[in-house]
Amino acid sequence: MDIHLTNAQATAEERVAVDSELGVPASSWQGGQRQTSDTRAAYNGDSHGQRHRLLPTLHAIQNGIGWISPGALNYVALRLDIAPAEVHGVASFYGMFALEARPRIVAHVCDDIACITRGSQQLCAELESTLGPAGSPCSGGRAIWLRSQCLGLCERAPAVLISSAGEKSHERVLAPASARAVQFLLDDAIQDRLPAEPDVLDLKASVPQAAQKSSSPPLRLLHRISQGCATTIETYQKFGGYEGLRKAIALGPEGTLRELAASKLLGRGGAAFPIAKKWEALFLQRNLLQQDSGRAHYVICNADESEPGTFKDRILMEGDPFAVIEGITIDGFVTGARQGYVYLRGEYPLAAERMQHAIDSALENGFLGENILGSGLQFNIEIRRGAGAYICGEETALFNSIEGYRGEPRNKPPFPTQSGLFRQPTAVNNVETLVNVPGIIRDGGAAYAKLGTDNSAGTRLFCLCGHIAKPGVYELAMGATLRQLIDLAGGVAGNGKLQAILLGGAAGAFVSPKELDTPLTFEGTRAIGATLGSGVVMLFDETVDLRQILLRIASFFHHETCGQCVPCRVGVTRQEESLLRLVSGKPLGSAAQEIAMLREMGQAMRDASICGLGQTASSAIESALQRWSIFS
Amino acid sequence: MSEIVITNPANFDAPRPTIPLPRGPIPAAPPKIARRSIDIKIDGQAISVPEGSTILDAAKELGIETPTLCYLESLTPVNVCRVCVVELEGSRTLVPACSRKVEPNMSIKTDSERVRLSRRIVLEFLASSVDLSTAPNMREYMDRYDAHPERFGETRATVAQPIKIDNDLYVRDYSKCVLCYKCVEACGVDAQNTFAIAVAGRGFSARIATEFDVPLPDSACVYCGNCIGVCPTGALMFKSEYDMRQAGTWDEARQTQTDTICPYCGVGCDLTVHQQDGKIVRVTSPLDHSVTHGNLCIKGRFGWQYVQIQPADPPEE
Ligand SMILES: Cc1cc2nc3c(=O)[nH]c(=O)nc-3n(C[C@H](O)[C@H](O)[C@H](O)COP(=O)(O)O)c2cc1C
Ligand code: SF4
Ligand code: SF4
Ligand code: SF4
Ligand code: FES
Ligand code: FES
Repeated sequence: MDIHLTNAQATAEERVAVDSELGVPASSWQGGQRQTSDTRAAYNGDSHGQRHRLLPTLHAIQNGIGWISPGALNYVALRLDIAPAEVHGVASFYGMFALEARPRIVAHVCDDIACITRGSQQLCAELESTLGPAGSPCSGGRAIWLRSQCLGLCERAPAVLISSAGEKSHERVLAPASARAVQFLLDDAIQDRLPAEPDVLDLKASVPQAAQKSSSPPLRLLHRISQGCATTIETYQKFGGYEGLRKAIALGPEGTLRELAASKLLGRGGAAFPIAKKWEALFLQRNLLQQDSGRAHYVICNADESEPGTFKDRILMEGDPFAVIEGITIDGFVTGARQGYVYLRGEYPLAAERMQHAIDSALENGFLGENILGSGLQFNIEIRRGAGAYICGEETALFNSIEGYRGEPRNKPPFPTQSGLFRQPTAVNNVETLVNVPGIIRDGGAAYAKLGTDNSAGTRLFCLCGHIAKPGVYELAMGATLRQLIDLAGGVAGNGKLQAILLGGAAGAFVSPKELDTPLTFEGTRAIGATLGSGVVMLFDETVDLRQILLRIASFFHHETCGQCVPCRVGVTRQEESLLRLVSGKPLGSAAQEIAMLREMGQAMRDASICGLGQTASSAIESALQRWSIFS
Repeated sequence: MSEIVITNPANFDAPRPTIPLPRGPIPAAPPKIARRSIDIKIDGQAISVPEGSTILDAAKELGIETPTLCYLESLTPVNVCRVCVVELEGSRTLVPACSRKVEPNMSIKTDSERVRLSRRIVLEFLASSVDLSTAPNMREYMDRYDAHPERFGETRATVAQPIKIDNDLYVRDYSKCVLCYKCVEACGVDAQNTFAIAVAGRGFSARIATEFDVPLPDSACVYCGNCIGVCPTGALMFKSEYDMRQAGTWDEARQTQTDTICPYCGVGCDLTVHQQDGKIVRVTSPLDHSVTHGNLCIKGRFGWQYVQIQPADPPEE
């Protein structure tokens, strides 16, 4: 393409950052040294068709330099043969990329709903007085702190993530955080003293069931994490790892699909779609996959987990990464895909490290790559990091994001199993869904279906946070009641009186203490107008001002809408404005009129928005309005 | 640019682009495959339309008018404005008529309570955040759906911002932008393949922008004006039209439109010349024209000053 660039040039440092991802440019047409050969032919090498490398390249600049300058952006445009306006459009879509100069060291301080229950407001107030206002440079201009959405560390709230860009870039988690600790860590980062080793998963703080010596029935999803030693492929195999893949290969794709169908496993990412149906749709198109047909199948593990209050996928990846990899490999085996992707949330440094380590060891040990376990199966997995956009967890937005476009959802139909990543048939599954697979194949689908209830088979991970005595991820067979789950986690924190529970995250619904006997199943929660969503169970005691929580949820959606469609883009904005008026006691007309307007907007957002974000952005607010009269 | 480094010319091995030579007769177009007919029902009326038609096409056949904003027959549908939504039996949400293809036995309602509510609110959302004063159809739609954008109060967020006048040919007033993506498509893959503008930012602050918002003359823009041709709200406007509107002399009732052919090159684009008071005030091209599909280049679009009798420059003293 004939690319027109402004005069801004990349610095040497910026070029090194880009080249670290893309290699050294082959000719001046790609931004390299000009050579005689370049004067004879317009030749931009193999950069055509490399657009999917845009997001990793932007990450490389952000990590190496701390922001993306016009010169750096021009160089990327040249290297990847993409118009600079388009590169800018993509870069400006993601929250993690800065397009204005800012300090290399950034503290992201979560002020989202779970952290509010654990003192994030005080933390922010203290930081304001010690470091100055959020968003303006502190520590002599060498660092900056920003308020952030949920960081997926809610069990250890209040949470802070420190990122330090540069030649050696680091990300470190601080949770629970104090203002003093934030300041110490910032100082360490400034003096280049951040520990080289990554953080560790603290079982006691994050997986309370691991502390109980034997739980009955035994945990299916968390049992290896509880062993606390599943970081090498040898220990993984010692605890039953790769038995599922071996059995799947013995059963063949059809046999494996039969077991999955018998298990009645439904997706854990929110939409509760039967996994067997999804995989079968790809399997049935396998005959079109002849060589040179230009067709391919892809499987994707959706690890973008950004729903406020959700952290289960992070803990699975940190504590049992090989199980995720094994699940994806079986997915590839059944669907005929040769390439799998893990789309991993950008703010999860430890999970990314553990997953990459697991992929590398699997490859070394013949569990990935050519001829897996001597079966002829060829399959590889690549990690793609998200960059701070909740919407990229929506599966079609995720495709656009991997392909190097703005993470805007696509219209459905066509559905991903027909036309997904690179317009090829694609199966997307949640991390927890995939971790269920090896065990199902190993023990048989029928055995799995016996757990839980008729319509909600198996066990489920729940993210307990907020005012709960022992926050963390819990595994329970579906069908247990909300009360049983809360009791298991030690009840309301500090003997507080329970006011409300948020089920399923910001896109979920509030329920009241009167509804504690609701069984935690898809159908049970649906019956009370709620949802299991991503497994969030967030408690609020009576000290919480629910109106502030609603406002924070509204502000979350305002921040995270992709902005593509009118009902959502303007709707979430008007919704926040309307709530602000109600909270400050200045409704337009009476409070009842304002609420009527709010609900009417909610209806149009639900009905007319393109994707699940707009369709559910009003649901938590609506559920609260139905249960309590908090604005009168 | 950096200077040329002469490597050893003896080892010179430039990649050689090859141009395939045409061989033999031009192959005939494949025979048109007769398209299957699909039976559907709209507002209780049965209709049969060719496979591949949209609900919008079918509704048009029946004489049912559907409001549209981001849809244009010459562009790939993006279905983002949602003003065209209809109720499809069995679907949890409403569906966009402009892009949803008909399927056998669909049953559709285009004027139900749900449809009217969503269309009204979408119009209210737009009109409460965007200046629609030069968007001709919007007033009519708003009357039809009884939309009252002022009910969101005085302090509501809008996209109001200063107008961008950075070249002699056209102005960009993004206070009037509904983010229909049409200009981006026309500048990009659907027509011009120049990619000077793209959607930037996210959410309510998403906007149409060049890289880092540089002025148009610094961007890749080639001034084909195809973005102006597709903009439904007047956010993109000929400078000539803008100046006349500012002076209060713009008056479409006094204008005539003459179809002609561009005199510049052999492509032979169809032009529609809009003239007021003996002056050309803007140039468009018919969307359904087989050569242009509404698109022109800078010469046909803006190069008409020579037609006008220019007052001679005053002789230098
Ligand atoms: C706004 C939005 C965000 C989403 N985020 C996630 C996510 O972070 N992780 C996830 O697994 N699914 C997410 N989903 C659901 C996915 O679109 C998809 O349904 C899911 O990954 C399918 O996996 P499953 O069948 O295993 O549940 C999201 C959906 C929406 C609408
Ligand atoms: S509903 Fe919201 S997030 Fe989804 S496509 Fe529309 S604007 Fe984007
Ligand atoms: S400038 Fe015009 S064509 Fe472009 S997005 Fe805005 S309203 Fe649509
Ligand atoms: S508009 Fe441009 S391409 Fe078309 S005939 Fe005129 S000069 Fe040629
Ligand atoms: S980490 Fe703060 S709310 Fe989740
Ligand atoms: S006209 Fe159909 S969504 Fe815009």
